[in-house]
Amino acid sequence: MTSPIKEHDLPTQELERVTIRFAGDSGDGMQVTGTQFTRTAAVFGNDISTLPDYPAEIRAPAGSLPGVSGFQISFSSSDIHTPGDAPDVLVAMNPAALKANIGDLPAGGALIVNTDAFSGPNLQKVGYPANPLTDGSLKSFTVFEIPISTLNARALEGLEMTNKQVDLTKNFFALGIMFWLYERSMDPTLRWIEDKFGKRPVMAQANARALKAGYAFGETTEIFHTHYRVAPAHLPPGLYRNITGNEATALGFVVAAQKAGRALFYGSYPITPASDILHQLAGYKNYGVTTFQAEDEIAAIGSAIGASYGGALGMTGTSGPGISLKSEAMNLAVMVELPLIVIDVQRAGPSTGMPTKNEQSDLLQVMFGRNADSPIAVVAPATPGDCFDIAFEAVRIALRSMTPVVYLSDAFLATGSEPWSVPDVDDLPDISVPNRTERAGFQPYARDPLTLARPWAVPGTPGLEHRIGGLEKADITGNVSYDPDNHHRMQLLRAEKIARIANDIPNLDVFGPDRGDLLILGWGSTYGAIRSAVERLQAQGRSVAHAQLRYLNPFPRNTGEVVRSYRRVLIPEVNLGQLLLLIRARFLIDAVGYDRVRGKPFRIAEIEEEAIRLLDEEAAR
Amino acid sequence: MTDRATGAQPPLSPDNDRVLQQLQAAVPLTRKDFVSDQEVRWCPGCGDYSILAQTQKVMPDFGYPKENIVFISGIGCSGRLPYYMNTYGFHTIHGRATTLATGLKAARPDLMVWVITGDGDALSIGGNHLLHSMRRNVDIKVIMFNNRIYGLTKGQASPTSEFGKVTKSTPAGTIDHPISPLTVALAAEASLIARSVDTHTEHLQQTLERVGFHKGSVFVEVLQNCNIFNDGAHRDFTDREVREDRMLVLEHGQPMIYGKDRDKGIRLNGHQPEVVTLGVDGITEADLLIHDEGDPLIAFMLSRIYWPDFPVPVGVIRDVKRATHDELLTAQREEAIARRGTGDLRALLESGETWEVLA
Repeated sequence: MTSPIKEHDLPTQELERVTIRFAGDSGDGMQVTGTQFTRTAAVFGNDISTLPDYPAEIRAPAGSLPGVSGFQISFSSSDIHTPGDAPDVLVAMNPAALKANIGDLPAGGALIVNTDAFSGPNLQKVGYPANPLTDGSLKSFTVFEIPISTLNARALEGLEMTNKQVDLTKNFFALGIMFWLYERSMDPTLRWIEDKFGKRPVMAQANARALKAGYAFGETTEIFHTHYRVAPAHLPPGLYRNITGNEATALGFVVAAQKAGRALFYGSYPITPASDILHQLAGYKNYGVTTFQAEDEIAAIGSAIGASYGGALGMTGTSGPGISLKSEAMNLAVMVELPLIVIDVQRAGPSTGMPTKNEQSDLLQVMFGRNADSPIAVVAPATPGDCFDIAFEAVRIALRSMTPVVYLSDAFLATGSEPWSVPDVDDLPDISVPNRTERAGFQPYARDPLTLARPWAVPGTPGLEHRIGGLEKADITGNVSYDPDNHHRMQLLRAEKIARIANDIPNLDVFGPDRGDLLILGWGSTYGAIRSAVERLQAQGRSVAHAQLRYLNPFPRNTGEVVRSYRRVLIPEVNLGQLLLLIRARFLIDAVGYDRVRGKPFRIAEIEEEAIRLLDEEAAR
Repeated sequence: MTDRATGAQPPLSPDNDRVLQQLQAAVPLTRKDFVSDQEVRWCPGCGDYSILAQTQKVMPDFGYPKENIVFISGIGCSGRLPYYMNTYGFHTIHGRATTLATGLKAARPDLMVWVITGDGDALSIGGNHLLHSMRRNVDIKVIMFNNRIYGLTKGQASPTSEFGKVTKSTPAGTIDHPISPLTVALAAEASLIARSVDTHTEHLQQTLERVGFHKGSVFVEVLQNCNIFNDGAHRDFTDREVREDRMLVLEHGQPMIYGKDRDKGIRLNGHQPEVVTLGVDGITEADLLIHDEGDPLIAFMLSRIYWPDFPVPVGVIRDVKRATHDELLTAQREEAIARRGTGDLRALLESGETWEVLA
């Protein structure tokens, strides 16, 4: 089955980068459409970055604004870091999708609409007084009006399907049009349809027909005056695959556990947007992975601590509200000094907040949200692919220092994707640590002189029977102790143990000049927008550097030196200034924040503008 | 997955029979082997002393070396027990001991895991976890010390305090109806459910013996006295002078007879249990209910009857066999390996669609 791209009379225009947003009803299959376009672009060799944007409601009322689901993909022939500030092309499957998204389409942008959906009731549902397709309100855009539902239904005539089933395939018709428009092969998607619907031949046939019909429509219609080519990107050589942050997270932990020689135990309770990690790990039983869907968040972490106590790599995963519930058990892990991984896929809060929307606002919660001084290691991946590396690091640190480690991902990283250079397993280091087995001189709280880690003496080891718990420990013996001086000493030891992790992690990497006018400092998923903004600013000849913290507790050793090497430090965050607070407090510098909490990642342009404002302000001093 | 230092591993598919054989061949342990070097710090006269002593006494009988035994507790007076056992021990946080035990048992099916808890820890703050560990048939032995009061926090009403009980937190009497622990355990499908009494040392030992050899989720309610905040909590039927007439000692397959003179019994009148006296109105042993640890209706009835309307049943009210949580987990892992082979990391990373970028 092949669909060679046919020579065509229409001219082909070379583009460096295109950003498409698919938008429709949450039942319209926009996530599938976007994912298929992504896979195809990735396999073709473009650099890609994606941003799924979907509502928490599984099926909000059809045609309503809350039910709009979107998927933005940016694909490029050069190295890109973000899913694009604004779409070049908006595909709107109904009036709600148009209304929710048209504000983001720049003047001159292309708009493809399914005219069949622009009927009276659908327009009224979202409060359009008149049909926007005819009232002139879209005249600043290049509008392609296509009766997608009708054309698709015609293409599927003769198949034994209800009208409703037929209508559910129209997203593939739209995808077919886009494939034609951007000279993409249909093969990966046709293969996917075969895999997915193989057991339901009518559905497989229908979706394949819809896709091909859309493609053929592009070819034969005269409404498009050109089609576009985005050449493959010049990525470093190697084997690549497309990967989301949640996928990379799961893979990173599976690989790390094996490289540590430990069985992986993952206790978790379903929560958006972390559940996919549980789903994925549940499929890796033949890798020695045990997953446990617990009765609640507390049981999830409790079971993970129990597994670590037994010598496995205990892990739990959740999102912000779940972290709140896990706090007490996280502190137990701090006290008993067992390795533990706590994944927090952050989402917009407080409280239930906006479960499917992005935010990076749990930093202070995981740093300080427990009773007493409770030092805990914190790491945060910067891109979907980086999730793999940071997951590996989290395990290395947890085992080496016998400590809980919080892994701070977020909704944008979790569901966003990018091409990922597949690492060679043999190149990854052995991160195993031995269990304590020697009886002579065993003390449960004697410490490694370098890392201050206590021994991991697991049940089943003869002669090392001992008791641990949440009560304060006597230094060295680990017996219960209420001695005042001992408590002070133990508090210092726990803090020092975490501080010493800094000896064991890479320095903070600076992109740009070592010193200069402005440092933009970020953490987590803001990486792409900041890096792109800094690239633009540097291209304008500005003295601007970028550093992205992937280790948040402790900070890399050179962090103080880095932040003190620039006249200004700008810290953009998708929260109200949490890293800013830590940096100002820790290094006594007058860093400034740029905070936008809209449930969305930053746009490149806004960071660029803020940087220029600061640079101009500084120049005017 | 072998630990490099020991050659031991967190077993993925343990062979319990093999482990047991090895264990039984080892030098027999005695009670003293299970006494830790820590000074016991319960109030003098506390029922916990007896429970600790009986636990230490039966522990050698199961053939497990002490390093393969783990005691996990929550918060409350009972929570201190692991410190006094010379085994592995983990004093966790309030109500969550069963969650840690579940994870430990999942990772290490070779271990014998006991959970020590109290009426507040198990039934109030830890109620949810208790239910779920039982429905999953996690192979752990939950021993709940029921003194019908919060002792460690100095005397507030607990989920088993009697209705109307005046405590520091309920000066006008508690308006909360007490929970029936054994009925809860039944509803949650624990596979062994029993009741005993702190001071009835022989019976408690026998009960713990049964528990130690059971595979699956165990729930034992030990009626325990708190001589400081709820003295005489169970005295009405546990005191030496009255206990034989006010408690029903259950034995599987035996008629439900009790009384100093072995002249009282329980029979069913329709669906209702009733107390009868042998020899009166022509009633003989043949009329009495025969205890059956596998019968859910009998178990339910026994979980509901209590002094003063009935004698308080003690002993094993239910003992059934079903697959344990760790057995099922192991089976799923083994099946995945049989079907797809042992996981290959390279194949895992390169799964999905890949493409090669050439230099």
